[in-house]
Amino acid sequence: MSALQEIVDVTPVEATPKKYIALGGYASVAVLVLLIAAPLFAKNFIIFQMTMWLIYAIAVLALNILTGGSGQFSLGQSAFYAVGAYTSAILMEHFNVNYALTLPIAGVICFAFGYVFGQPALRLSGVYLALATFALATAMPQLLKLGYFEHWTGGVQGLVVTKPDAPFGLPMSQDMWLYYFTLVISIMIYVFSVNLLKSRSGRAMMAIRDNEIAASAMGVDVALYKTLAFGISAGITGVAGGLGAIAVQFVAPDSYTIQLAIALFLGMVVGGVGWLPGSLAGSAFIVFVPNIAESVSKGLSGAVFGAILIVIIFVLPHGARQIAYLSQHWINKLIHK
Amino acid sequence: MELLTNQILAGIATGAIYACMALAVVMIYQAIDHLNFAQGEMAMFSTFIAWQLMQWGVPYWWAFLATLALSFAGGVIIERALFKPLANAPILTHVAGFIALFAIINSVAGLTWDFTIKQFPTPFGSSPFLGSQLISTHQAGMIGVTLVLLLLLYFFFQFTRVGLAMRAAATLPESARLVGINTSWMVALGWGMAAAIGSIAGMLIAPVVFLEPNMMGGVLIYGFAAAVLGGLTSPFGAVVGGFLVGIFENLAGTYIPGVGNELKLPIALALIITVLVVKPNGLFGRAIVKRV
Amino acid sequence: MLSIQKLRIAAISTAVIAFAATGGSALAQKKYDTGATDTEIKIGNIMPYSGPASAYGMIGKTEEAYFKMVNDSGGINGRKVTFISYDDAYSPPKAVEQARKLVESDEVLLVFNPLGTPSNSAIQKYLNAKKVPQLFVATGATKWNDPKDFPWTMGWQPSYQSEGQIYAKFLLKEKPDAKIAVLYQNDDFGKDYLKGIKDGLGAKAATMLIAEESYEVSEPTVDSHIVKLKSLNPDVVISITTPKFAAQTIKKIAELSWKPLQIVANVSSSIGSVMKPAGFEAAQDVLSANYGKDASDEQWKNDPGMKKWAAFVDKYLPDANRIDSNLVYGYGAAQTLHKVLEMCGNDLTRANVMKQAASLKDFTTDTLLPGVKINTSATDFAPISSLQMMRFKGEKWELFGDIISADATAN
Repeated sequence: MSALQEIVDVTPVEATPKKYIALGGYASVAVLVLLIAAPLFAKNFIIFQMTMWLIYAIAVLALNILTGGSGQFSLGQSAFYAVGAYTSAILMEHFNVNYALTLPIAGVICFAFGYVFGQPALRLSGVYLALATFALATAMPQLLKLGYFEHWTGGVQGLVVTKPDAPFGLPMSQDMWLYYFTLVISIMIYVFSVNLLKSRSGRAMMAIRDNEIAASAMGVDVALYKTLAFGISAGITGVAGGLGAIAVQFVAPDSYTIQLAIALFLGMVVGGVGWLPGSLAGSAFIVFVPNIAESVSKGLSGAVFGAILIVIIFVLPHGARQIAYLSQHWINKLIHK
Repeated sequence: MELLTNQILAGIATGAIYACMALAVVMIYQAIDHLNFAQGEMAMFSTFIAWQLMQWGVPYWWAFLATLALSFAGGVIIERALFKPLANAPILTHVAGFIALFAIINSVAGLTWDFTIKQFPTPFGSSPFLGSQLISTHQAGMIGVTLVLLLLLYFFFQFTRVGLAMRAAATLPESARLVGINTSWMVALGWGMAAAIGSIAGMLIAPVVFLEPNMMGGVLIYGFAAAVLGGLTSPFGAVVGGFLVGIFENLAGTYIPGVGNELKLPIALALIITVLVVKPNGLFGRAIVKRV
Repeated sequence: MLSIQKLRIAAISTAVIAFAATGGSALAQKKYDTGATDTEIKIGNIMPYSGPASAYGMIGKTEEAYFKMVNDSGGINGRKVTFISYDDAYSPPKAVEQARKLVESDEVLLVFNPLGTPSNSAIQKYLNAKKVPQLFVATGATKWNDPKDFPWTMGWQPSYQSEGQIYAKFLLKEKPDAKIAVLYQNDDFGKDYLKGIKDGLGAKAATMLIAEESYEVSEPTVDSHIVKLKSLNPDVVISITTPKFAAQTIKKIAELSWKPLQIVANVSSSIGSVMKPAGFEAAQDVLSANYGKDASDEQWKNDPGMKKWAAFVDKYLPDANRIDSNLVYGYGAAQTLHKVLEMCGNDLTRANVMKQAASLKDFTTDTLLPGVKINTSATDFAPISSLQMMRFKGEKWELFGDIISADATAN
């Protein structure tokens, strides 16, 4: 492989062997048990934080499908997240649609949006694609503020969303209900994504990621799979956005700035590009590290955040999946001794 | 008609800001082959150093030269300390490193110099230039400095041994090593030069936009856009791109009815993307042939 | 769902009123809600210490220092104040998380002076449902003065809309034939001011207001907007801008040798951080309005209130930049809360905090202009509602005209 080619195929994501996309059986069960049991012992506030953690994990996972799966880089995920959030909020507040029903609608709308955006993006790669998606992220808050849509979006003031109660008179707080609701959706999306990447389509995407020219020579419809990856990623991000709007009970243009897109990107890198379970670790980084940083120093919270990030990428340049690989390696060693 | 010429002139004036920054973007791209998201913050920090020196009584040109030297050293140190150890990490990890650097520099500057805006002196004065009130002598000076920098960079990359070696090291590291180029130090040198050019950009931009820790946030977006439009490998393209972005943005804001003013940045970016779809390497960029 | 929420709020307001009726006798014995004890009062606060609005973080730091000063001199009625301040990076979802942390994990008595319209909008419903005071919010939106629907939320500074109305009234009187151009920031702050100006101009808005030009905070300069406005040739430019853009506007207008009547919004009237960087010469005769004293204005050098403020800054914020108007803002807001907590006496319940906050009579802080007074009542949740117009002359602001009550002009 020549160096020139390395430059051309920007976003050189390392090839992820198929079996490393997801966690093993035992590990999955352990994580699932933890996720189900944890809220029973936590305060409502912690449950809310965990809900946000899951929601951002879904969004990071979506980016992971796009970048880790098909090798396309995006700094515009906040735009899809915003469209999903506003779709849910508008449907709930203006049309009294049930919150659960708004999510698939948000997903479908964002899928369409992502698929359409993926068309011109086909011609771009690397820094050019980064700029295009970045443009989308900066344009979105300005579009949401536009006077023409103000009746629906609430303009700069945003929209307040009503938080759902637990159904069927279940004896649980709104927060706990929303957590389990989010958890079920997260599991569905996770299972779907793992199967997607293991399927024919997923293999086609990864072939494009690893070598676009070779993939097309082998008969993969590069354009179709690249735009499809954009659509699916946007659709999942939209569902996360809708959930986020319901959990936070508020949508406003200021919630979905480029900062969000950057946070999701960092989440993906910290979790490990191309390793879906890493999304949980990456999302934990997004939610909790800023809190750690500010508890160290208010004036320098940005610097502390940066320093923590640098330490993480120094120790784990491949993100959390490095830990998973290493531990798997050691466990295998122990077993085969 | 008068409005049209006025907006074009005003666009050239702001375009000079973007062009200046775009040159720094091209410089770093030539050296490391990707964009440095912390570049604007580095330039801001350099400008604060110059400001601080002047507060301590150092005359403008001495402060200017000292800042240039300090920025160069700072760029080299950042590369050696932060990015050399990550040389084998994936590119996306590098991008995360840039974001970390951004956060650190912004936060440290905020704590050291706080967020109130500061006046930054200009060596060119700010009287009308050639009778036109739309372009001040400072802005004319800025365009002049940008063009001089452009020439210097052009000669550096085309005719000097170091410049050629740097291009070789960035585009074909393995082959460059084979012919005896110390590629690792070439990258560090590139960082240093990019930081120095960035500091010039910062010191020229500050008199117009006022110095404060967030001053480069917007400028960098436009600088990237300009560099990408012009072609990331071409300093000449970057400067042309800067002026084009400045002019186009003003015209979109003035003449597109309804949403033009509120959406002038998105419209400008959309136009750039359209250009890229037609010419994927920018207006003046080298096309790279893919090899399998 | 919505009706339950409304019922709940209605129930709260009834409770507040009922409490108000019996409040007098309760003062004698000690009563506490979560967040207050015999020795401690816990106050929560949310500020953008990081992110794009980090300039305002100084307000939180000033307030923290203020309560340190209060504690050093014995606390409030013998109780020490614990001031817990969190960073929301100006992001509404993060503000919700931090508000919940303050209420549910740190168990504060009240949330004081959280900054920004988007962040406050995001937490308003939650805090009202939890019946936790959202006191003296750091934003000038009009919606904080709504005791009927949100009995636990109260503003502090004059609303942006009422300030806009004051400028409109001034222009109607002084320059009834003026052609006005407005440059505004495209966010809640800019749009609220613009609405105030339009409301104030009333029917004449259609003829007088010839341009509404918006800019985004991400733009490096507003120069091209100024060029565009000049081509329309207005007599008056109202600049609803944050400090950096206000300074750019004043400077650019001077560079164009253009001399319209200029009005800048109160937030950008600081001499040290706007007028001086823009250049004193360029800033001559600019108009604005204010409710507080400017620390960088020489005329307050020997003012007793500002001397107290200066002594505080010397001792508790020695490294801070004194021209930063956030230092004055934070001090004034904290002093108002200090007063309210003093008035609460030994009844530190959340309901009593709101009741006392709604019973301020002619209160002034060290930092308010002479004649500007804080007044609240059960139906008036807008503590500071008057401003005085001023004109920039030489190197300082000259106040002129009466203190104008925005209440009178509102609606």
